[in-house]
Amino acid sequence: MAGLDLTGRIGGVDVSIIYFSLLLLMSACAYVLARGRAAEGARDRSFHSRPTYHGLLAFSTVALPMFAVFVAGAFLTQLVAERQALAALDPALVADSLRRGAALRQIADILSGRPVSGDVSALAAAVDTARSVRQIAAAAIYALGLAAGVAGLLFALRRITPDFKARNSFERLVSIVLMLCAGIAVLTTVGIVFSVVFETFRFFQRVPPLEFLTGTHWSPQTAIRADQGGSSGAFGIVPLLTGTLLISTIAMLVAGPIGLFAAIYMAEYASPRFRAIAKPVLEILAGIPTVVLGFFAALTVAPLIRVAGQSLGLDVASESALAAGLVMGMMIIPFVSSLSDDVITAVPQSLRDGSFGLGATKSETIKRVILPAALPGIVSAFMLAISRAVGETMIVVMAAGLAANLTFNPLDAVTTFTVQIKTILVGDQEFDSAKTLAAFALGFVLFFFTLTLNVIALAIIRRYREQYD
Amino acid sequence: MTDTALAPPMTRSAGVDFDSTEARELLKRRYRAEARFKALGLLAVLVTAAFLAFLLVDILRKGIPSFFEHRATLTVNFDAALIDPKGTRDPADLREGDYQALVRAALQSQFPEAQDRRTRRALDGMISSGAVDDLRQAVLANPGLIGQSRVMPLLFSSDADLFLRQRDTLITRRTGSGPLRVEGESNAVTLRGGGAAFRAALAESKTFLAERRRALLAELATLPAAGSNAGVDTKRTELEQAAASIQARIADANAPETLTDREPSLLVAIGDGILKITEIGANEAKATTLIAPKPGSIITEWSLLTLRVPETNRRVNDNVSAWLEILAQRGLTERAFNARFFQNGDSREPELAGIRGALIGSALTLMVTLLLCVPIGVAAAIYLEEFAPKNRFTDLLEVNINNLAAVPSIVFGLLGLAVFLNAFDLPRSAPLVGGLVLALLVLPTIIIASRAALKAVPPSIKEAALGVGASHQQAVFHHVLPLAMPGIMTGTIIGMAHALGETAPLLMIGMVAFIVDIPGAITEAATVLPVQIFLWSDLPELAFQSRTAGAIIVLLGFLLVMNAAAVILRRMFERRW
Amino acid sequence: MNDIAPLAVPPEQADAPRPKITARNINVHYGEKHALKDVSVDVPEKGVMAFIGPSGCGKSTFLRCINRMNDTIPICRVTGDLRMDGRDIYEPGLDPVLLRARVGMVFQKPNPFPKSIYENVAYGPRLHGLAGDKTEIDEIVVSALKKASLFEEVKDRLKDSGTSLSGGQQQRLCIARAIAVRPQVILMDEPCSALDPIATAKIEELIDELRTNFTIVIVTHSMQQAARVSQRTAFFHLGKLIEDGVTDQIFMNPRHELTRNYITGRFG
Repeated sequence: MAGLDLTGRIGGVDVSIIYFSLLLLMSACAYVLARGRAAEGARDRSFHSRPTYHGLLAFSTVALPMFAVFVAGAFLTQLVAERQALAALDPALVADSLRRGAALRQIADILSGRPVSGDVSALAAAVDTARSVRQIAAAAIYALGLAAGVAGLLFALRRITPDFKARNSFERLVSIVLMLCAGIAVLTTVGIVFSVVFETFRFFQRVPPLEFLTGTHWSPQTAIRADQGGSSGAFGIVPLLTGTLLISTIAMLVAGPIGLFAAIYMAEYASPRFRAIAKPVLEILAGIPTVVLGFFAALTVAPLIRVAGQSLGLDVASESALAAGLVMGMMIIPFVSSLSDDVITAVPQSLRDGSFGLGATKSETIKRVILPAALPGIVSAFMLAISRAVGETMIVVMAAGLAANLTFNPLDAVTTFTVQIKTILVGDQEFDSAKTLAAFALGFVLFFFTLTLNVIALAIIRRYREQYD
Repeated sequence: MTDTALAPPMTRSAGVDFDSTEARELLKRRYRAEARFKALGLLAVLVTAAFLAFLLVDILRKGIPSFFEHRATLTVNFDAALIDPKGTRDPADLREGDYQALVRAALQSQFPEAQDRRTRRALDGMISSGAVDDLRQAVLANPGLIGQSRVMPLLFSSDADLFLRQRDTLITRRTGSGPLRVEGESNAVTLRGGGAAFRAALAESKTFLAERRRALLAELATLPAAGSNAGVDTKRTELEQAAASIQARIADANAPETLTDREPSLLVAIGDGILKITEIGANEAKATTLIAPKPGSIITEWSLLTLRVPETNRRVNDNVSAWLEILAQRGLTERAFNARFFQNGDSREPELAGIRGALIGSALTLMVTLLLCVPIGVAAAIYLEEFAPKNRFTDLLEVNINNLAAVPSIVFGLLGLAVFLNAFDLPRSAPLVGGLVLALLVLPTIIIASRAALKAVPPSIKEAALGVGASHQQAVFHHVLPLAMPGIMTGTIIGMAHALGETAPLLMIGMVAFIVDIPGAITEAATVLPVQIFLWSDLPELAFQSRTAGAIIVLLGFLLVMNAAAVILRRMFERRW
Repeated sequence: MNDIAPLAVPPEQADAPRPKITARNINVHYGEKHALKDVSVDVPEKGVMAFIGPSGCGKSTFLRCINRMNDTIPICRVTGDLRMDGRDIYEPGLDPVLLRARVGMVFQKPNPFPKSIYENVAYGPRLHGLAGDKTEIDEIVVSALKKASLFEEVKDRLKDSGTSLSGGQQQRLCIARAIAVRPQVILMDEPCSALDPIATAKIEELIDELRTNFTIVIVTHSMQQAARVSQRTAFFHLGKLIEDGVTDQIFMNPRHELTRNYITGRFG
């Protein structure tokens, strides 16, 4: 059911739009009133805060409670409407999780006036219940919201006195808002961790972790058959791990040397003119969406490799790891080169001078002084690049295969974590099947693998930067 | 240079002799290594540039044709009996009219000999169902058309379109030499030409046989040794016999060849008509009529058309090829800008599929993203850069944001699926959820860019504001933030460009559905441009490949504009403190 | 090289010993900026010559001309005649890499490579193939460290990173690194400006020891240091060489008004 689309429409206008217009209108009124009153008072006595701050504070004391009422109301309405609607439905239907979900979706569609396919007469009672709940809720939200707004306004107006530190109060409010915004980043991480950890935990109740981590056979499709338990042994991630590593290795074999040499050339040899041309080339390549690279890998590079392989008498799979790996390598080149460029240019000029002063050539200086000095930075650049390769989705989805082959032959088709997550989760899924949960378990492995790489790499880079700052 | 008395009492009493041959050799080696190293660096840059060039050229070559479409410009008779049988001129009735029949009649008038059902179906199949809709729209817009005859552009089907696009590479044309005597009619025509009129064509089909024989021999070579397995032996015998019989046919250079749909097709164009050769000799050929030429027994002007690809391997058979060829000859085809590509939503018919729905979906999604992540990102950056106390927690926050920027995008998709769809019950496939997920995805980028922009404003500005009695917040919001704004905007544009090209997380939240309608609100099901590219790239039809590349060109165009805007912004407001 | 015609020795330098380096009409441009104007000077062999002058006067620029370190700056243009042992340093056939092997340099800020102490010193000899095997390199490293008066302090931790040393030790390591290549000339660009007085005294002592074997050119803006370590001094002002001569004479009895003002501390 659509969450915030809670009360249907009145006269063709979405209710939430009316509510928010009202909210803005009342807050604006509060601003004008409070500001006016403070300005008037300030004519006789000197006020601590300027009238604008009294106005802004009044604006917030109206807007914030009204907003809170709406969010809480919407959430509660959703909860109650769903429960009441289910109560009005056939218990047999409610018991079946799949049909229940479909029914709820259909009710939501009917309520919001979207076309619904199939016979929905059985849902009529539930729709009516939900509709009446929503109507009552809408009325309640309006009443409460208005009351909160008016209360906020009165409160704000009463506080307008010469001594009241409106600016300080408003600034404290702003600080809190700023802090909450910064907190969203943390919330995102927490959200990610919870969404993967929770489902992974449920997955491990069906498939033992050891089997998951050490099994050499992966075929989640077979596990949803009714006669098969989750512990059918089809959830071994070893072939996915080897596939992911194979493709990432190919990508790094391409991107590592090319990216590093490109960075060295750009940082140490290239003339400003050359850099002015070459830098945008790398930036354009970095900005090309991976879906485009995937298309290119699948429709141009893979057939080329196949033809080349056949002319050499090799049997190349049409979704070979080589094609995906090569194109992924190309994708990562700008990433490696720009990170390496940064760390190379961070090496102080005095070291170069020292080496040149001893009669070293440029390449000797680079190989024996600059690269060793920049090594930590380069290592972490490579780690970030590997993490990128492992987490890359579209290129492998489009150019690598689905078959979980346990092989290290780059001409064979292999599959990766990301391909499997995408394959399992795209389209309709049952939420309780081991197959669906397996995708989250794969997400868990992927997340923590890349997280570990990133944390270590970023820590190294940070220390490296501090060393030369 | 000579080494004058350099005698520090070191291990070697003499100085270093840089003029010795040994030293010169060493120096030469060192310089060779230097040149090699530099060349490697240049090579790396060039390889990268070459790859980018290859990619872009490949996409442009594949995609540009999709911006054009082929149409037949036929005279359509808007017969009232077919489209308005009740004669009411009521739009509701007009909508129900049989416009397919109009198209059919227009085609029939061009090719009256297409009589049996299969042939007629093939003829109708040349024109897209989109043409029927076009006629309906034209009549609804202008009911005065009814009863009149007008030249209308009728959109070709994708197969016909592809054929017309590649006409000059698919067909080799050769002017026939000498007069040709035509005997018999319809399915049994005999063509006699003096002076070995068909010798070259016959030789060509023998060459084709030689190719097939090579293929057979190659297959034979891959079979395991004789006697290992009865099935293999039978196969071997079959292959050997086939090869031998082909060899016999090749050997006799003048023996006539029967042409089937597994060989290249040979067509004879005589004026306005086309015959298909079924058996070819050096002077004489048997043929069937595809399009009847003007009657006449001795023809002086004729030409021979070869379609290299055998009929079985083609989407367009000889009959349709002949019709298209003649339509083109009669000047009844046109190539025009494909406005449909930008006006339509998705479709199962490649020639009707467009990117409008995906473009609107992308716009709605990005709008949600922008509205969420800019205020939040900038606020977070201001907090971290200006107000956050330096303690463990802010350190953690910073590490967290940097790490978040490196989390694989598909993981954000999992978050969206688990939290927004399953826990919050927001609508699937909707730009609202897509925008939320992308906002979280680009938030770290925007925070990092905004912090850099804030940091670049020299502290003296803030100190000056504080010095005249502004509060810390006033100093930041009145002085620092406006100065950092260009940098923040640049970072935002780059973040948005990233969001525009992002695909994987949107797959997770169901933006992959096949959606024909153009979305109108952020809660309606929609798809976005990169996902549309992904969906089309999966389809088997060759015509969709071109559409995919076309959509990619549009996507890259948008990205180019956004990045250029970022660069220009950076240049315009570049300030050296 | 013997094929170079002997230079006419200017009369005021008749008292100078045989010149190791001779410069005539050296001009240096950094892009638009004319950094060095018509500088002509002789650097005598074996001994210490100091370049003094206010900051930005071109003394470091001139120093960097002598081992062609300015080549690494793309916008820098050097004209004039600069010779070492009579051979043109800027002649096209001369290899800057070989030149720098003969003309070592010590920089303003100690810049040891982030490698071990041993590797720092062994770097140069390895580059130029000065030693055939490990023992020979060992000998060179030890002898260079000894010559730089550093050996006693670091002999037990040659494997430690060069950056772990104190500032003065680092600078002596850089000197050891330079003399390990066995140059004829050592250029020192304000080698003590980043050091404390005690470390400075050690370096000055070292310079005094080294002058018997090397030609040393030192740039300094400390007049006391110039007076302490050098035998000859040249005074630069606004890109011009104002005067040069025996150190005592420059300090006691300068010929030029500007020199006098600088020495007496009226500007600088």
